[in-house]
Amino acid sequence: MKRDSSLVLRIPAARFRPGDVPDFGYLKLPKAGDAPRPPPDTPASAIRDLAHGLVRVIDDDGAAVGPWDPRLDTAMLRRGLRAMMLTRAFDDCMFKAQRQGKTPFYVKCTGEEAVAVAQALALEPDDMCFPTYRQQGLLIARDWPILDMMCQIYLNKKDRLKGRQLPILYSVRQAGFFSLAGNLGTHYPQAVGWAMASAYKRDRRIAAAWTGEGASAEGDFHNAMVFAAVYHAPVILNLVNNQWAISSSQGVAGGEEATFASRAIGFGFPGIRVDGNDFLAVHAVTRWAAQRARGNHGPTLIELYTYRAGAHSTSDDPSRYRPGDEHKFWPLGDPIERMKKHMIAIGAWDEGRHRSLLAEVETEVDAANREAQQLGVQSNGPHHDPATMFEDIYKEMPRHLKEQQAEMQRLRALAGRAAT
Amino acid sequence: MTAMNMIQALNSALDVMLERDSNVLIFGEDVGFFGGVFRVTEGLQQRHGEQRVFDAPIAEGGQIGVAIGMGAYGLRPVVECQFADYIYPAFDQLVSAAARLRYRSAGEFFAPITVRSPYGGGIFGGQTHSQSPEGLFTHVCGLKTIIPSNPYDAKGLLISAIEDDDPVLFFEPKRLYTGPFGGHHDRPLETWAKHPAGDVPAGYYTVPLGQAALAREGQDLTILAYGTMVHVAVTAAEETGADAEVIDLRTLWPLDTDAIVNSVKKTGRCLIVHEATKTGGYGAELSALVQELCFYHLEAPIERVAGWDTPYPCEFEWEYFPGPLRVGDAIRRAMAA
Repeated sequence: MKRDSSLVLRIPAARFRPGDVPDFGYLKLPKAGDAPRPPPDTPASAIRDLAHGLVRVIDDDGAAVGPWDPRLDTAMLRRGLRAMMLTRAFDDCMFKAQRQGKTPFYVKCTGEEAVAVAQALALEPDDMCFPTYRQQGLLIARDWPILDMMCQIYLNKKDRLKGRQLPILYSVRQAGFFSLAGNLGTHYPQAVGWAMASAYKRDRRIAAAWTGEGASAEGDFHNAMVFAAVYHAPVILNLVNNQWAISSSQGVAGGEEATFASRAIGFGFPGIRVDGNDFLAVHAVTRWAAQRARGNHGPTLIELYTYRAGAHSTSDDPSRYRPGDEHKFWPLGDPIERMKKHMIAIGAWDEGRHRSLLAEVETEVDAANREAQQLGVQSNGPHHDPATMFEDIYKEMPRHLKEQQAEMQRLRALAGRAAT
Repeated sequence: MTAMNMIQALNSALDVMLERDSNVLIFGEDVGFFGGVFRVTEGLQQRHGEQRVFDAPIAEGGQIGVAIGMGAYGLRPVVECQFADYIYPAFDQLVSAAARLRYRSAGEFFAPITVRSPYGGGIFGGQTHSQSPEGLFTHVCGLKTIIPSNPYDAKGLLISAIEDDDPVLFFEPKRLYTGPFGGHHDRPLETWAKHPAGDVPAGYYTVPLGQAALAREGQDLTILAYGTMVHVAVTAAEETGADAEVIDLRTLWPLDTDAIVNSVKKTGRCLIVHEATKTGGYGAELSALVQELCFYHLEAPIERVAGWDTPYPCEFEWEYFPGPLRVGDAIRRAMAA
C-alpha cells in the first residue's frame, strides 16, 4: 500500500440501471439441498455459516431436496399455493382500482408472496406479527376476509380504521397483525418488547417482525437486535431483502459488504439466509426459528432473499432507475411458478387444477371487490363521519378536542350553507 | 429570469451551490441516480458526480449525524429528509448535537448543515406524509428554521441556508411544489407559470434569513403565515373583502420581529395561521410576542387558525386542512371584535 495515497470516498452503485441487460451471474447461488439443517437448539456460535449461505429446498426440476425439506402434506401445499395466488389476484385488483381513481394508493408484493404466506403458515395462528406494508400475505394466509382489507383501502364506511390511515396501513389485532406504522422500522423493537412480555407472562406465543433491507439501516433495527439478544426474546426478526428500496439498491443498505443475515452473528444469535421465492425453504426456516424461540433459545434473524418484481408503490415508476424487465432475470424465479412446478413434480397438482384455482381466486377477489365498492370507494364515499377524527387521540376525549370537534362541525355547516 | 416551479427553483439553488462551492455535498434517500421522489435533485448526480450527490441508507439519524461530522470537518452538506414525517429518528442529532455543537465547544466546532424536507398536507398522504413539525424545531435554540412560500424565495433562501454557518432546517411546502394553492382543493390546479414569484433568476442570488415579506398589503388586520398558508391567507382575505395585510414570515427563526410589530401596530388586529397542530405550536410563540410588543395597539383578541390537535387523517384531509373558509371565519371574527 502506498503511504502517500490520499483517501477516497466510496459511493455504492447499483449494478444495473435502465438500458443495461441484467446479469445476476455474479451471485454464485448455492444449490438447493446444500445447506445443513442443525437442530433448532444448536448454539449460535456453531451455525454461523447459515448466515452466509442460502437455504434452498425446491431444485430446478421442482423436486424438494435436502435436510430443510419441511415435508408438508398436500393439503398444506395447496393452502400455501392458494394463499399466494389469492394474494397476487388481490394485488392486481387493488392496483387497478388505484389506477381507476377509486383509491389514492396501493402497494403490491408481486414476486414476494412466498415470504408472508409461507411464514404465516409456519407460525401458530396466534403468534403476533409486526409486519411492513408488503406482508398483506400474512392476513390472506390467516384467512382474514379480503373484503375487510378492501374497505380499508377504499377508506369507506366499513373501514375499521375510520379513514384515518393511508390505504394498506392495516391493523388487525384479531388476526395477530400489528398496526402498520408507515414510519419505517419503528415496529421492530416493539416486536421484541411484545416477545419479552410473552416470556414474562410465561405464555407460549412468540412474535415475528418484518423489515425491508432498506429500512434495516434505521437505528430501530439495531435497537431491536440488541434487546432481542440481551433478553433472549422469543422473536423472529425477518429481513426481506428484495434488492430495492425505491431507487436505492441493497448495496446502499450495506448488502455488498456482508449479508444482512450475518449481522446477527455480532449480536450472538443465529442469522439464516433463505431463498425467499422458495415456499418450502421459507416455511422450513421459519418453523426452525419458531421452534428455537418457543424452546427458550432466543431470537433468529432470517434474511429472505427475494426480488421486488413490482413498483415500490403506485406512486413509483421503477423503469426510471432499473431495467424495466430486471425481474425476469432474477435467478430465483417466481414463487408461485416454482411452487406449482414442485406440486406437479410430486404428482399433487396439474395444469388443469391450476387454471381452475386461478379462476377461483380471481372470482373470489372480483366478488369481494364488487361488494367493497358497493360499500363505498375513496373517490365517492360513503365515508365515516369526519367528527370521528377527534376520537382515540386519548382514551377519554379531553375538553379542547371536544371544543375543536364542535368548531369543525360548525364550520362544516357553514361550508354547507356557502355551497347552497 | 426563467419560469420555474418550486421544484425547479430548489434544483437550481442546489445546482448553483454545487458549482460554486466544492464543499457542498448532497445526500439522502433516492436523491442520487433517481433525483429524489419529488425530483428536486434531478440531474444533479449526472452533472456533478457521485461524490457530490449520492443516495444514503434509510436512517435519518445516520444521515444527519454524518452531516454534522462533515460540517465539523468544513463541508456544507445538504441532507434531504424524504418527508418531514420521517425526521424524528434524527431528533437527537439535531437537538443535542447540531444545535449545541458551537455552544459546547465554545465556537471550536460548528455544524453548517442544511436539512431539506417536504412538509405539510394536501397530497393525500395520511398521517405519515403530511405533518408540519416546524414547532418542534423552533423551540430548540441553536437551530434556524425556514419555510418558503414560492419559487423565488425558495431558491434564494436555500442558498442563504447553505451558506449559513449554523444548522438550518428548510421545510418545503410540498403542496406548493408545482403551483400556488389557496386551499380550494376542488378547483383546477394552478401552476407557477403565471405567478410573479415563478420568475426566478437562473444564477446565484440570496434571500436573506430573518426578513419577512409582504404578501398582501392592508390596513385593518395583520395575518401572520408561512408556507402553504400564505396563499390560503391571501385567498381568504380576498374572499372576505377584508383589508387584511398578509405577512409571509419566510424564516421562522431568525424571526423578523420588526415587520410583525410594525404591521400589527398599524392594523390593531392579528390573526396567526399555520397548518401544524395548534397546542404548543409556533403560533403560540407568535401570539405571545404580539401580546408583549403590541398590547396597547390591539383592538381585538389575537386569533389563531391551525391544524386540529389530531394526527392528519387520511380521508378527512380537507376537514383537517385550515382552508380559506376557516381563515375567513376568523378574519370576520377579528374584524367584528
